[in-house]
Amino acid sequence: MWLIDSSIGRKLIMSITGAFLVLFLLFHSCMNIVVIISPEAYNAICAFLGANWYAVAGTSVLAAGFVIHILYALVLSYQNLRARGPERYAVTKNQKGVSWASRNMLILGAVVFGFLALHMYNFWFKMQFAELSGIHTGNFEPSKGAEYVKELFSNKVYCGIYIVWLAALWLHLTHGVWSALQTTGLNNKTWLPRVKVISNIISTIVILMFMSIPVYYLFGCGSCI
Amino acid sequence: MAKKEQSTAVDATKIDARIPEGPLAEKWSNYKAHQKLVNPSNKRRLDIIVVGTGLAGASAAASMAEMGFNVLNFCIQDSPRRAHSIAAQGGINAAKNYQNDGDSVYRLFYDTIKGGDYRAREANVYRLAEVSNSIIDQCVAQGVPFAREYGGLLDNRSFGGAQVSRTFYAKGQTGQQLLLGAYSALSRQIGKGAVKLYSRYEMLDVVVIDGRARGIIARNLVSGKIERFFAHAVVVGTGGYGNTFFLSTNAMASNGSAAIQMYKKGAYFANPAYAQIHPTCIPVHGEYQSKLTLMSESLRNDGRIWVPKKKEDAEAIRAGKKKATDLSEDERDYYLERRYPAFGNLVPRDVASRAAKERCDAGYGVGNTGLAVYLDFSAAIERLGENVVRARYGNLFQMYEKIVDDNPYNTPMMIYPAIHYTMGGIWVDYELQTSVKGLFCIGEANFSDHGANRLGASALMQGLADGYFVLPYTIQNYLADQIQTPRMSTELPEFEQAEKDIHAKIEKIMKIQGDKSVDSIHRELGLIMWDFVGMGRNKAGLETALEKIKAVRHEFWTKVYVPGVSADMNVELEKALRLADFIEIGELMARDALMREESCGGHFREEYQTPEGEALRNDEEFSFASCWKFTGEGKEPELLKEALDYEFIHRQQRNYKS
Amino acid sequence: MEKSINLTLKVWRQAGPKVKGEFETYKVDNVSTDSSFLEMLDVLNESLIKQRKEPIVFDHDCREGICGMCSLYINGHPHGPDGEITTCQLHMRNFHDGQTITVEPWRSAAFPIIKDLMVDRGAYDKIIQAGGYVSVNTGGVPDGNAIAIGKNIADEAMDAASCIGCGACAAACKNGSAMLFVAAKVSQLALLPQGKVEAAHRAKVMVAKMDELGFGNCTNTGACEAECPKNVSISHIARLNREFLSAKFKD
Repeated sequence: MWLIDSSIGRKLIMSITGAFLVLFLLFHSCMNIVVIISPEAYNAICAFLGANWYAVAGTSVLAAGFVIHILYALVLSYQNLRARGPERYAVTKNQKGVSWASRNMLILGAVVFGFLALHMYNFWFKMQFAELSGIHTGNFEPSKGAEYVKELFSNKVYCGIYIVWLAALWLHLTHGVWSALQTTGLNNKTWLPRVKVISNIISTIVILMFMSIPVYYLFGCGSCI
Repeated sequence: MAKKEQSTAVDATKIDARIPEGPLAEKWSNYKAHQKLVNPSNKRRLDIIVVGTGLAGASAAASMAEMGFNVLNFCIQDSPRRAHSIAAQGGINAAKNYQNDGDSVYRLFYDTIKGGDYRAREANVYRLAEVSNSIIDQCVAQGVPFAREYGGLLDNRSFGGAQVSRTFYAKGQTGQQLLLGAYSALSRQIGKGAVKLYSRYEMLDVVVIDGRARGIIARNLVSGKIERFFAHAVVVGTGGYGNTFFLSTNAMASNGSAAIQMYKKGAYFANPAYAQIHPTCIPVHGEYQSKLTLMSESLRNDGRIWVPKKKEDAEAIRAGKKKATDLSEDERDYYLERRYPAFGNLVPRDVASRAAKERCDAGYGVGNTGLAVYLDFSAAIERLGENVVRARYGNLFQMYEKIVDDNPYNTPMMIYPAIHYTMGGIWVDYELQTSVKGLFCIGEANFSDHGANRLGASALMQGLADGYFVLPYTIQNYLADQIQTPRMSTELPEFEQAEKDIHAKIEKIMKIQGDKSVDSIHRELGLIMWDFVGMGRNKAGLETALEKIKAVRHEFWTKVYVPGVSADMNVELEKALRLADFIEIGELMARDALMREESCGGHFREEYQTPEGEALRNDEEFSFASCWKFTGEGKEPELLKEALDYEFIHRQQRNYKS
Repeated sequence: MEKSINLTLKVWRQAGPKVKGEFETYKVDNVSTDSSFLEMLDVLNESLIKQRKEPIVFDHDCREGICGMCSLYINGHPHGPDGEITTCQLHMRNFHDGQTITVEPWRSAAFPIIKDLMVDRGAYDKIIQAGGYVSVNTGGVPDGNAIAIGKNIADEAMDAASCIGCGACAAACKNGSAMLFVAAKVSQLALLPQGKVEAAHRAKVMVAKMDELGFGNCTNTGACEAECPKNVSISHIARLNREFLSAKFKD
């Protein structure tokens, strides 16, 4: 099977799952931003998604995307490490035009994944999972998402953690988005610089939308609701 | 035209080039129509060794494998793609007449003969011009990205020694692209198993059994192991021997050893004195220097060559008090345009080189050594704009800047002649077969097509002509008689003996354990060659050279030091073996130059020149190819002569003035 | 202007493929800044020979930046710190007096060390042998001008074709990937009408061979392009991906 056997096949899986996750992030961030604009609307969204079959199905597909993306990342990284050979260079220097993120995608990925676990506990476990399993972990109503968000981000440490996490994610995306396009062949000499700019814009928009929420609460603006 | 000029002083009976009968333009077609062929089932049973993977070697190996022969291909580098053909910059000639400027097969033939100062064989050169067009077609089909016009058709540029634009090019990397084309064809055959490639192997001897070449002895450069290989025919395409001069534009591994091995097994060494000094190289700058870098002759299309008109200016420039750009137009002497109004900066290489030497010897040279002239692009940049100049020569300018640390867009380049190509080589007949049966020699390694001087963009043409379109035919004429010969064992006494001799030679070198490095002795040889057998030669100098080369030989065999062991990778041993042969070649070159009491092409004897300082040929006495026959170690070689009869061209004194 | 500098060299010495190697330190004095890096090594070797020691083995041939034979990893960069050149074109004016220079061989699983700084790059030949050609035999081809090829296409093919096969891309890549090398050939031939005919097959077999030989997976860091002495663009990798994927989806 060439999606497993060939290097470009494996990279294709990485880029498709990656692109899928970016789309999810875009969707997720659009939803999140609503909490600032209108907490009521946000609560409606929370209630709407909840533990409906389509939300569960979507979550499963999403989880599958994550798992495949991570598994392939581990396989690729292992293979790449082996391809470097038994001896390491004694001196390595950064090359001009090579971004730090591109050289450290696995590390950034791991950081993102680590925070993701926390995020899952904070939100998914207490919202969708709680609803699914019927185990209520706190005095929290799934349909009162906005209040919950506000409560969580009233903790400055959480805000800080989320900001660091999103910064790592941003770095991961700045390389990931254009790299996905390059791997699927959607690039050429003229478009190469443009594709990089477009990718940076997309990643920045996604991250800014996410980040606006902890920042919003961090600076106390949340108290007005 | 059909007037037969017979040179009377030449004993023409000894050497027969086996040129087919008939009118010039029909010789090759006639030959092909009547030659013997080998049928497909027999081809599989015939082995051919090809030594070298340059343009000639790679194209020959690929073409013969495509036909169905079993090919064993040897390459001194780690990959066939690194052969020194790759360094050719400017282009490849062909008589396509795409530019509608009056080119034709005949004109290419004529220019080549004239450029070679009437010292090449008419029939060979005509064949070369004839197949030149097929080469372009072949390369395009392989995917060689030749430069193109906006309309999508092939572009051409002009080169020295021609009044038409017939040079096809791929940026300044034409040799690279052509070689990669041949390499891809070769790789295809290696992938199919039709060619067995031996890389990092160096040929050390040719094995002759019953008067026929039947294999080679080669050293595995990685393991140091000496191995034997059988074949029904042996083809050698190992390039020229310019590195005899130590400093040359050749690659570090380019050597003349295969030529000496063939010579010692009975192949004649022809015209060793004909070496080409290329006019546009980066000048020598220090004692540590290991090689000279060529700047393509194509630069002379748009660059103008000059030195200061006044000696004081030249002196000021040498002392660093003045810069080239300080001199105004009328303080500059564009000496090529002055001396040769018709061809100007595009005179053939030998003429341009000697003119540069003449100016520098007269005290007008620039650079800190005074051994350099300017090549100026300011007029071209003004006329065409910097972008056009960059598109044409960008990679050459970049290369120059990296080496010299000067920007040629702002200040003129400095250039000086350097040894570049050797027209002489192993004698071959019309079929490219040497005087040993079954031993063929192609490309720069043979002597065939360039006479006493090679025109620019003709080396690539000849290498590929030999490999793609000539040898694959002519070798069949020989092999057709070999189909009954079974594959032979490499245990035969001839193989045994050849290997024993090599071991003995290596042991002898390893045992000297003197105090001189190989390179230091090679440097000494190079200086002798440059001083006495270089651009200007004379009787006294050549006699001195012969004496001095003897001394170098003695020094080598008593004082060289080779570290390490022979049965392992040993780079110093490789170099020592090559140097031993360069010394032999140096002697042959000096001997040949001394014998040839005339000036022609790259061979300039100071005693024989016109009042204006141009080369003065002596067709009465020297219209022959000098063929040196080995008579034994320590003995003087015997001179044989192949008469050069001009049936179709009337010889003239070369004239690039009007 | 020419001047002399004194240097300390840390050079990787390894007697053979299976032997353990280590760095050795050499002092080199009075190096002319006008000399090339390899000439500096020549001078060092000459002095090692004088001391009856084995000279350092390194690959080199044309010494004008085109054969692709030279292959040194100098101070953390393939072909040294200067851009768009091979090691043989690297000049000592790029270094300063008293500097320590670390010289290592290409390190990649697919390029095993032969001796000292010399590595075996036969893997690149094998990839070309798998399909890096147009399948035409000698003779019987159409006239060179029979197919018009747009100048920009010919130029782009030429840019790809300028690859010298030195291996710096794989040596520079943290993943040990040979994608730039493979892409340069696939892209050159896919751009030209002559090569288009078998472009799909070529992309598949060359990539398969590359994977088989133990090169890593490209992660688009762009280090290859940054270190390529001929400036081959990674946009050719995008074309290779395109060719490969469309070939696979057509299967």
